[in-house]
Amino acid sequence: MKYVNEYRDEELAQNYIKKIKDIVTRHWNIMEVCGGQTHSLVKNGILDLLPNEVNMIHGPGCPVCVTPIHLIDKAIYLAEEKGVTLCSYGDMLRVPGSSRSLLDAKAQGADVRILYSPLEAVTLAQQNPEKEVVFFAVGFETTAPANAMSVVQAKQMGVKNYSILTSHVLVPPAIEAVMNDKDSLIHGFLAAGHVCTIMGVSEYGPLAEKYKIPIVVTGFEPVDLLQGIYMTVKQLESGKHVLENQYSRVVQAKGNIKAIEMINEVFNVQDRVWRGIGSIPESGYEVKDEYEAYNANIKFNVQIVEAEENKSCIAGQVLKGIKKPFECPEFGKKCKPEFPLGAPMVSSEGACAAYYHFNRATENISA
Amino acid sequence: MNPIKMQLSCPMPKMDYDRITLGHGGGGTLTNKLLEQGVFDILGNEILDTHHDGAVFQMNGMMAFSTDSFVVSPIFFPGGDIGELAVNGTVNDLAMCGAKPQYLSLSFIIEEGFLVEDFWRILCSIKDACQRAGVKIVTGDTKVVEHGKGDQIFINTSGVGIIEPKAQIRMDRVKVGDVLIVSNVVASHGIAIMSVREGLEFESDILSDTCPLNHVVKDMIDEFGDHIHLLKDPTRGGIASVLNEIVRDVNLGIHLNEKQIPIDSQVKGACEILGLDPLYVANEGVFIAIVDAKSAEDIVNQLKKNEECAHAAIIGQIVADHPRQVIMRSGIGGKRVVNMLVGEQLPRIC
Repeated sequence: MKYVNEYRDEELAQNYIKKIKDIVTRHWNIMEVCGGQTHSLVKNGILDLLPNEVNMIHGPGCPVCVTPIHLIDKAIYLAEEKGVTLCSYGDMLRVPGSSRSLLDAKAQGADVRILYSPLEAVTLAQQNPEKEVVFFAVGFETTAPANAMSVVQAKQMGVKNYSILTSHVLVPPAIEAVMNDKDSLIHGFLAAGHVCTIMGVSEYGPLAEKYKIPIVVTGFEPVDLLQGIYMTVKQLESGKHVLENQYSRVVQAKGNIKAIEMINEVFNVQDRVWRGIGSIPESGYEVKDEYEAYNANIKFNVQIVEAEENKSCIAGQVLKGIKKPFECPEFGKKCKPEFPLGAPMVSSEGACAAYYHFNRATENISA
Repeated sequence: MNPIKMQLSCPMPKMDYDRITLGHGGGGTLTNKLLEQGVFDILGNEILDTHHDGAVFQMNGMMAFSTDSFVVSPIFFPGGDIGELAVNGTVNDLAMCGAKPQYLSLSFIIEEGFLVEDFWRILCSIKDACQRAGVKIVTGDTKVVEHGKGDQIFINTSGVGIIEPKAQIRMDRVKVGDVLIVSNVVASHGIAIMSVREGLEFESDILSDTCPLNHVVKDMIDEFGDHIHLLKDPTRGGIASVLNEIVRDVNLGIHLNEKQIPIDSQVKGACEILGLDPLYVANEGVFIAIVDAKSAEDIVNQLKKNEECAHAAIIGQIVADHPRQVIMRSGIGGKRVVNMLVGEQLPRIC
């Protein structure tokens, strides 16, 4: 696999670990924003290889984890009570709502389907004109273009029985929210490479300047991550705080212009509630009025009562990087992937699941 | 190359119906017609041909007995079909016990409306698989359920076999220092199925690895005898789940080395795209052998002489550290826990 194997090379990776050890002189907290990066750090055993001075803090960048509980309840309600065919990405189906997950609803007879792309949901709607098809459109900026395109395509094709239930969140406001939190201990950020592939890097320079923190746009393979961490530590050790791009083989400064146009065609920016964190101003996308016929929220006009989180779940503190998953008293005990108390234990991008699956040996949690 | 095998040697007889109806499972004339023109004609042998209520045969010695049900979707997939899978599945389960598989039962649950032509293809495929494995179908059953109450066709096979004289294959023989061998590239079956599953189709040459393993296992036991401590076939849940079952049962640890686990580059690429971990993807023609360290290299070399084990490799050891946990050295030299699969392996979303 060209352009993948090179970034999994042991010698290169070990070389970066040595370089980090050579320059680090004091303790630094670095947050990787994206859950995909958390997953890769843990799966490849990178956390154990880093020197003790470098503490990786896992950020809120797992879209499944931050999707509010009442939206999951709403999706279940649509599938069960309104008889819609509810489609989404795999991870989303297992996340618990206030009482059940979409997968539970499926087991009880609701028409719930796992798809890899919203465009498949449009095709499904076209093939089944008597059924309402709703795509549960979750994600950061990365999945927004495809979700937007599904709406545009449905309109062009005259498919009227298709709509999306959006839970789209944005990275830059999340970085601001983390930095504005009085408990924040973050010294530097690895920004999410895939988000910047779509959006470009222009939003991040001002953040680096405003909060006096280095931000390095970073990829997902082990060597990417180690290089990104090295670049961040190097800035920190030399007192710099600028935006750098480690993932330059993929990320262009202006991003993917076509994709951004597609997002702007269908979505506008709105305040969003993040599960475990709360409301963050201008931190998400919602379907524009021009496309409201494709907005499941408007089409079905369902009011769902805000539900309470499980009180023993500390997902909010984990998502803000204040606590590590294994610092939760329920981690690996009452909360496991088979019966999660909170979303970060469900998604493969979730920090708790990543620690549970790949890193339990060091924390000695019984199986 | 057409990845779905055609059995030209096995032409379908002219029948006066083209779909299976409820009557074919009713036990009357239609059932008999289907059995006589189909099952008995194709799969016949001296035991089955007695048409008795059950099979009567003689066996002497320690025996192994195993059963498995097959509900794969789609029923025809690149590299095989549900019929071949049903034979190989039970044959391999018996081989993992150190047995020589001999007699199989075969039961169908067919959904009303199933194409007779497809049923015929499956029967022909079962016949071929039996010949390849050297086993006989000696008893069976056919039921038909209403349309919508099944999914085309489900198959159950059970089988018996005599334990090979030199076989000493038991969980309690696994000890610290033993070496783990995987018999071939992993994850091919699961990815072959995914590549043709509705909504996920992608173009590839990936074929299922389904095959009978009894012949290579017999040769291995004949040559290395009690140096083979344990055999397991990592089907559903992939090698990760099987290795976790082993460490839990023996209360020891397993150390794996990611770089040594053989995987086809196309399969690896497909796993990357689909967000699947190949350690958790199903295999149907692969086994894990836990063997005495002294013979490990020789066993790998012997296995490699067989086409179905061309990529056999040593992938790890049994260790006393971290009992009940499988720990893998990652490709870059880090460490990670390899857990049992939780639920279905679901694709990640970004």
